[in-house]
This record gives sequence, structure tokens and C-alpha cells, in this order.
Amino acid sequence: MNGIHDLGGMHGLGPVDPETQEPVFHDQWERRMFALLMSTFAGGIYNVDEFRHAIERMAPAEYLTTSYYEHWLHSLERVMMEKGQFDRAELEAAWANVAEAT
Amino acid sequence: MAGHDHTDPPSDIALRVKALESLLLEKGLVEAETLDAIVELYEHNIGPKNGAQVVARAWIDPEYKARLLADPTSAIAELGFSGVQGEDMVVVENTPEVHNLLVCTLCSCYPWPVLGLPPVWYKAAPYRARAVSEPRSVLEEFGVDIGDDVEVRVWDSTAEVRYMVLPERPDGTEDLSEEELAALVTRDSMIGTARAGQE
Repeated sequence: MNGIHDLGGMHGLGPVDPETQEPVFHDQWERRMFALLMSTFAGGIYNVDEFRHAIERMAPAEYLTTSYYEHWLHSLERVMMEKGQFDRAELEAAWANVAEAT
Repeated sequence: MAGHDHTDPPSDIALRVKALESLLLEKGLVEAETLDAIVELYEHNIGPKNGAQVVARAWIDPEYKARLLADPTSAIAELGFSGVQGEDMVVVENTPEVHNLLVCTLCSCYPWPVLGLPPVWYKAAPYRARAVSEPRSVLEEFGVDIGDDVEVRVWDSTAEVRYMVLPERPDGTEDLSEEELAALVTRDSMIGTARAGQE
């Protein structure tokens, strides 16, 4: 698939920017996102290719402007809905709940 | 869905993850204790110190090194390191003639059992784009001086095959113990963006 994820050789993306003493996770939500993905993946609901394909179907501009674990978030939401684990209305209800709680 | 009010995702990414977690918990698709255990494992137990032990052993034990190059997955498992994202390992050896560099142009494939989770720059667009088209420039930016007579080999990882670089043993380390040698082996030296012992 020739999508935005196929970045090899692309020009104009700027310098590599290594961080010294980089932590494994940069924020608590990254820890949770990582664990959610690993845990549902281990459950066998989807395979790694389905997970990656869901990332690769992100809108190109969004793909380039969001962070790595945001890609995971997009993919997990999408793949779980596509697998019938929950529907859009349930996800929206969960969004409304967390918004209310803050 | 007439009359259904569309809800946008929370703009705060942390809240959006929280919402997903609460939904998955509610559905019984994940368990809180398991999530905590996964974080603990990858934040504290699996990381480049594992790979450093593999490299140090290969430096001091020629027979182990031969096994590591011939059947990497098994040789790495001998030291207790195996599992997801490292089921099919390939080890590429740096020599005075050849310098190896790892990338995953399509995403973030990386040998988790020996190196842990990849750093942000490895997963970010600039490295993925440039490592394959101008590896020497990238190496220079990382402070790795590669002579024109040295061949640079770039390995593009896949979901199936994960690479690890066996860096060159630094000069003047003949008297060091295995543990002291392992301390010279950094994450970047096993990706190829540094030499072992490089400051």
C-alpha cells in the first residue's frame, strides 16, 4: 500500500531530533495506551497487520502531525469498532463521560 | 441516527485514552491489573541492557558469537531474552569494512526483547525518511564518523524480521570484564547510530 506511512526516502521532513536521556514513556497516557494495545492484542481480537493497517488508513495530514501513541489510539479505536467490540455511539458516550468528569 | 448528537473526541489526548480504557474495562476486554503489569514490564525490565549483555557475551566468547550470527533468536534466548517483537531475529555485525544501520521506514519495528521500546526519533518521520536515502548524513549527525571506504548497509525492519547490530568491540578493552564491556554497549550502538563506547 502506497500511503503516507511509506516514508522511506521522502524529502523535507526535517532533521532527526534525538532526545538525551529519553524516558520509556513521556506521559501517563502513553503508558495506558501502550498497555491497552498490548492487552487487547494478546486477547487475539485483531492481528498485527490489522492494527498497522488501521494506522495506515489515517488521513495523511493527521498521520504526520500526531505522535506515535496517538497513532495507536486511532488504530485501536477503529479496529475494535470494526471487530464489533463496541460501536461509535458507545465510544462517544465514553468521551462524554470523561469530559463531564473533568 | 436522526436526532443523534455527534460527540467529538476530547481534544485532550489523555482524556481520549481514558475514555477508551474505561470502555474496554467495562466490556471486560482488559483488566486493570494486567495493564499495570504490562507497563511495569516494559518500563523497568525490558530494555537495551538486555542487548548489551548479548553483545558483551559475543565479544568475549567466539563460540557464542558464531551461534549469535548463525541462529540469533536461539542464541539470544540462551541469555533469557525472547518474546513479542523478537520472534525472528537477525544480527548484523559491524566490522572495519561494514557499518550496519537499522530503520523501520513503514512504522516502528524494533527488537523489543533486546532493546526495549524504540525511542521517539526512531519512530518519527525524519529518521524513517532519511536513513535509507542518506544514511551517511544521518550517521554524521549522530556523531558517527564513517570513512568513505566503509560500506554502509541499511536494514529496513519488518513486522516479521527484527534486526540488531553487533557493534565493534572498542580498542583497548582487552582487560575489561564481561560486565564492564556490557556497560559500553548503548542502545544506539545496537541500532547503528553510535559506536560502542562512544561518548
